[in-house]
Amino acid sequence: MDLYEYQARDMFEKHGVPVLQGIVADTPDEARAAAEKIGGLTVVKAQVKTGGRGKAGGVKVAKTPDDAFEAAKAILGLDIKGHVVKRLMVAEGAKIAQEYYFSVLLDRANRSYLSLCSYEGGMEIEQLAVERPEALARVEVNPIEGITLAKAKEIAVAAKFPAELVDKVAEVFVLLYGVYTAEDATLVEVNPLVLTEDGTILALDGKVTLDANAEFRQPDHAALEDKAAVDPLEAKAKEHDLNYVKLDGEVGIIGNGAGLVMSTLDVVAYAGEKHGGVKPANFLDIGGGASAEVMAAGLSVILGDPQVKSVFVNVFGGITACDAVANGIVAALDMLGDAATKPLVVRLDGNSVDKGREILAARNHPLVTLATTMDDGADRAAALAAK
Amino acid sequence: MSIFLTKDSRVIVQGITGGEGSKHTALMLKAGTQVVGGVNARKAGTTVEHGDVTLPVFGTVSEAMGETGADVSVVFVPPAFAKDAVMEAIDAKMPLIVVITEGIPVQDTAEFWAYAASKGTSRIIGPNCPGIITPGEALAGITPATISGSGPIGLVSKSGTLTYQMMFELRDIGFSTAIGIGGDPIVGTTHIDALAAFEADPHTKAIVMIGEIGGDAEERAADFIRANVSKPVVGYVAGFTAPEGKTMGHAGAIVSGSSGTAQAKKEALEAAGVRVGKTPSETAQLMREVIAAL
Repeated sequence: MDLYEYQARDMFEKHGVPVLQGIVADTPDEARAAAEKIGGLTVVKAQVKTGGRGKAGGVKVAKTPDDAFEAAKAILGLDIKGHVVKRLMVAEGAKIAQEYYFSVLLDRANRSYLSLCSYEGGMEIEQLAVERPEALARVEVNPIEGITLAKAKEIAVAAKFPAELVDKVAEVFVLLYGVYTAEDATLVEVNPLVLTEDGTILALDGKVTLDANAEFRQPDHAALEDKAAVDPLEAKAKEHDLNYVKLDGEVGIIGNGAGLVMSTLDVVAYAGEKHGGVKPANFLDIGGGASAEVMAAGLSVILGDPQVKSVFVNVFGGITACDAVANGIVAALDMLGDAATKPLVVRLDGNSVDKGREILAARNHPLVTLATTMDDGADRAAALAAK
Repeated sequence: MSIFLTKDSRVIVQGITGGEGSKHTALMLKAGTQVVGGVNARKAGTTVEHGDVTLPVFGTVSEAMGETGADVSVVFVPPAFAKDAVMEAIDAKMPLIVVITEGIPVQDTAEFWAYAASKGTSRIIGPNCPGIITPGEALAGITPATISGSGPIGLVSKSGTLTYQMMFELRDIGFSTAIGIGGDPIVGTTHIDALAAFEADPHTKAIVMIGEIGGDAEERAADFIRANVSKPVVGYVAGFTAPEGKTMGHAGAIVSGSSGTAQAKKEALEAAGVRVGKTPSETAQLMREVIAAL
């Protein structure tokens, strides 16, 4: 999960990272009140999970609370790269002397952590990495050792900070690494990290990505999720612990195992090319077990998508036997009753496949067709969706 | 023959008394694996029964190794306790640790991987993986042993059910070893590790490599193949239709920006001489052609 800037700011503050005051505002009136409370010069910033907000007009300086009101009016509702601005942060203004860059992130390729740091900030980091790679230090961080003060100084020196600043920024790097570990983040980025005219180091804008696998030990993280931005079908699926992603197509997909479901999406898309260009409507992984309840929950999520015209159930019986899956499908259809209206193509293979197919054949549900292979099932489901 | 796991492997199960651990211990035994015991600190000194086999439960991995000569541990411990379980196995110098557990926080995996790398005495497979099977000899994990028998193909994949699908497609030819390396951002054994082992294994004649969107493991595997693999490799990549920014089930399966796309992976593999199928069935067909030409 990616956090909004204001959430990252709050998280930094909680862990002692120096930040400026920032108050969230959802209306121009709230922005004015926030600017009054902060006092002096403020910056009104669009809260969107994408870069380039400054260029898009999503960041404005306000000298007075009335300025903040006007700025908020201009920014709210703005479309920044497909993200409509619904929320702002009114932040205290800073007298910036210099801008730097710092991040610590999960380095998949090296199975370690990596810190990126530059004395030359104020530039998009991707651009800096391409145009002046020598200005961007890359320092591996051992996950067991972490960023100690000594390591933080090593990073600052590698990033070409002048000697008189090394100790000062190193302290902040240690605090930011504290955020990374304490919050189970996979990315903590500060761009820019600034030196103010009075010599203070501040994290002016932050980006944090959190690890969903750590939710069980991070009870505060659930509240950070932007529920309004989540697709309602995805929210419903999550209630049932189903792994569902809404896509823009007509063939509903249910399968077991992430890899097989991803593969099913591809096979359906290829089949769709022969059937009027129909596409997969979703990703839905029901996991290893495929009980009647799980199958019914999955089916009801998919049938709740008005775009869906047919459903392809693609299950490879591994540990779960196909007869259990078939019973799950039959029970799910009975549970759904008249709510089940779309044709279902079912492909079963693997453990106890004959019994599974017998159960479905015996039930002879008018909506259910049995497919012989994954390719055959995808073709039939695509044909039904194209009708 | 095989890689990493043979009929002589002696397997213990960490979490042998839990629901998953118990179920899969029975299936591993049925697959012919020499399961020799398990670990659960709270049930040390007890035993578990599976048919006519009685297995001792030990308090620690080190004790289990001392008493049974185990050289493989399969970990079914829940996510919150998995790091400690793996650390314990690394401390005991367990040669092969297969971590089945799904949902381990990635910082925990990063730590136990760094620890294992610093010790240099344990290979880790997983986490969030189906494990490893050498058909007809042994199973350390949850792959159904009934899908396919022994044969000349080596298989390496991130995904469990896609491994099963491919084994099913090619069950008439059979597999030397099939290894599911797991779908998490950090895994202990990579495509490259498996490719190197298959290249060195005299009984593996051809390799099928299954990848999926996210990261750049497939691209790096392609570079490795170009330089180091003489055996024919057939590839498959899942997730061509995955949109940017949406995680597809596996924590690692996400297309971010221009990187991690299935198309980029396919092109990298093809540039390294790997024949890449569009679907599992087409990939199986390519492998049939490769086997026929051997």
